[in-house]
Amino acid sequence: MSLIRLEPRGQASKTMVYVTPLLAVALTLFSGFILFLAMGFDPVKALHAFFIAPLTSVRGLGELVVKATPLVLCAVGLAIGFRANVWNIGAEGQLTLGAITGGGLALAFYGEGGWWLLPLMVIGGAVGGAVWAAVPAFLRLRFNASEILTSLMLNYVALLLLNYLVHGPYRDPDGFAFPESRLFEADAVLPILWSGTRVHLGALFALFAVAGGWLLIARTFIGFQIKVIGLTPAAAGYAGFDQKRIVWLALLLSGALAGIAGMGEVAGPIGQVTASISPGYGYTAIIVAFLGRLHPVGILLAALLMALSFIGGEAAQIAMGLPKAITGVFQGMLLFFLLASDVLIRYRVRFGTRRAVA
Amino acid sequence: MPSHAETFPPDAPPPRLELRGITKRFPGCLANDHVDLVLQPGEIHALLGENGAGKSTLVKMIYGVLHPDSGTMLWQGVETIVPDPAGARRLGIGMVFQHFSLFDTLTVTENIALGLDDAGRMDELADRIRSVSERYGLALDPERHVFHLSVGERQRVEIVRCLLQDPKLLIMDEPTSVLTPQEAAKLFETLRVLAAEGCTILYISHKLEEIRALCSRATVLRAGKVVGATDPRQETARSLAEMMMGAELSTPERPPQGAAGAARLSVRHLSTTSDNPFATNLKDVSFEVRAGEILGIAGVAGNGQAELMAALSGEMLVADADSVVIEGASAGHLGPRARRSLGLAFVPEERLGRGAVPELSLSENALLSGYAREPLVRGGMVHFGRARAYAETIIRGFNVVAHGHRAEARSLSGGNLQKFIIGREILQKPKLLVVGQPTWGVDAGAAAAIHKALIGLARSGAAVLVISQDLDELFVLSDRISVLFHGRLSDSRPTHETTVERIGLLMGGLFGTPPDEDGEITRAV
Repeated sequence: MSLIRLEPRGQASKTMVYVTPLLAVALTLFSGFILFLAMGFDPVKALHAFFIAPLTSVRGLGELVVKATPLVLCAVGLAIGFRANVWNIGAEGQLTLGAITGGGLALAFYGEGGWWLLPLMVIGGAVGGAVWAAVPAFLRLRFNASEILTSLMLNYVALLLLNYLVHGPYRDPDGFAFPESRLFEADAVLPILWSGTRVHLGALFALFAVAGGWLLIARTFIGFQIKVIGLTPAAAGYAGFDQKRIVWLALLLSGALAGIAGMGEVAGPIGQVTASISPGYGYTAIIVAFLGRLHPVGILLAALLMALSFIGGEAAQIAMGLPKAITGVFQGMLLFFLLASDVLIRYRVRFGTRRAVA
Repeated sequence: MPSHAETFPPDAPPPRLELRGITKRFPGCLANDHVDLVLQPGEIHALLGENGAGKSTLVKMIYGVLHPDSGTMLWQGVETIVPDPAGARRLGIGMVFQHFSLFDTLTVTENIALGLDDAGRMDELADRIRSVSERYGLALDPERHVFHLSVGERQRVEIVRCLLQDPKLLIMDEPTSVLTPQEAAKLFETLRVLAAEGCTILYISHKLEEIRALCSRATVLRAGKVVGATDPRQETARSLAEMMMGAELSTPERPPQGAAGAARLSVRHLSTTSDNPFATNLKDVSFEVRAGEILGIAGVAGNGQAELMAALSGEMLVADADSVVIEGASAGHLGPRARRSLGLAFVPEERLGRGAVPELSLSENALLSGYAREPLVRGGMVHFGRARAYAETIIRGFNVVAHGHRAEARSLSGGNLQKFIIGREILQKPKLLVVGQPTWGVDAGAAAAIHKALIGLARSGAAVLVISQDLDELFVLSDRISVLFHGRLSDSRPTHETTVERIGLLMGGLFGTPPDEDGEITRAV
């Protein structure tokens, strides 16, 4: 008999639901320590550059919020879908579409904008993301095609579409053929909320998404239906919940939120449409959603942590000459340890041998 | 070696199996508490107990699936540890589980070969299967694919698989729950032959009449402890039930039925087609359930019950809207929600995973179907206070043993969860209640409470349809009985004008309807 055993708990541990994300963070830091040591860097200095230094300046804190904004917007939508067993992996593509449609409106009304342009761009971004997400919803309900594959594949289509646009129709006529649009005029740029940083109005959208997501999940009958469908589809069928409607809702909602996130990037920190508008926010949002326990408030905290991994990765590249891949490695380790330690919710660890049969 | 010299004379053979002080603890429950059990060669020994009494845990330890925390097991007088099921089979212990482990797309021989540790050549194995099945009267064609077989035949595959290994102890877990009375009688003949040859049979069942007919010893478990050992032939079903429960059993009274009222549910020429090749399509099913009466539909599982339930609940829509009429409204094209607003309430056969969400609390499970007819949702928002109050009303009104409305559905015993689900449906004051297997796997006390509630609902003017495999139950509950066989429904008969034997024959398909196009009605008797 082994020395360490897993023993099923009678009931899922409520404490462990909150403890395991912290455990995963601790294990990630520990592994990072070993990793830096093995690579020949001073692990204390590297971890400091990665996780502490960015938080010591106003600019760093601001950047944290800027990076967390699209993560929260995407992850809240994804979490609502994940709760209903709708596996939208396409937030990256939906975000890109939101940037294309929202940014497209800014370019279309270039020079003739007014107060109405920004609200129009928000709606345009939401519609763009939702339309992109409607494709996997339709394919799943009409042809039973897995939305995991279709939404993932559409990410690449969206990226190619963006590339075509910035090399063609969206290209700045005075831009010396660089694959970029014009810089948006003031009417098309989200106002800065915190001077001295790049924190923009999108951060408020993210907070609204958290509050709205919580209300939907915890208080509405739709949220209850989502929960039942996610846990036990047969019981949802018995109760008469319309599963098709929930699939549509989950995908359109998460698409719209991702679209708003994309619009927020081009109308916020970037200020124009370029070929690279996201360092993978849509993918990272999947980790954020799970790290935050598919709960909007948890997602807010998880998004700040993952934002730190983006900024810390950049800072560590500059300060220590660490490779760019370090960001991805840390994000991957975090998800890996989280999924692994989730076993503690249903099982407890026992040390020592099982008592032998007499 | 035999140690209890005072119980067995020195020259008598040791018991086949003796358990001494077997104890098994699971997190949060003591499943077996110092259980002693002695099984003699050639006896048919019943293991009795309510759900959760520890029967399954005990036989799983005998078969090596689980291991006791403490206690001793003597196999033919020698202290033995059974490491795993393969080890149990080497000793000569065979087990037929309640749920079969057969592959539909393989033949009988292939399925049996998969379960044997040394299958040998397939043609030789087929010959061995033929000779064993002839010897014990278990008609079985080794070349047939399992998906062609009836449930009774599938069970024979499992039994033959055990018999091929010349078992000295055969454990049978609820073997007749899926059989017609005639098939069960056939099985008993086989078991008696086996016992006469010296094989010990440990027989687990909650059908007490069967145990009285078959077994010569019975050990009764309650809450993990042996509370009695008796000769069931000297007991009545009632005294056995009370021994299991440790309390007096109250049988529901059935007041005479008043004049049947208007038809609340009319099913007219209902036929279904399914994409699933293993589904049983309904063929031209017609019946009516009137206000104030209980109609029972008998039949062995897999004869179209699941399809009928789905077609009535609205989980499966039917082609002709007029083939299901609820309260005068054509409902064939309506989903479950719309049918509920017409007055239908529904208790599915699977209580955990369809009738209730295992991970959710009782108040959330009250909302699951309660939203349709109770004011639990307002303006799209859930009124959690009212859902809690509704759950508490159900818990109090139906004596559900649970840690309040916060308890997760899966933490309840089968009987208590079923009381909760039936209470949830009845408190919505339905005009029509459709119930599948209302007391399957439910202990005797809860079953009596459920029967009483169903009869009470019918007498208060609702129409009740009960679909069940348990004939005893249908004879207690129903005013009229029909039988479902191969997707066809027999005409109904008033319960007091028919007998268990007659209904049993109908369950085997002998109701004068012509065999269907693919000549499926070929039941081996």
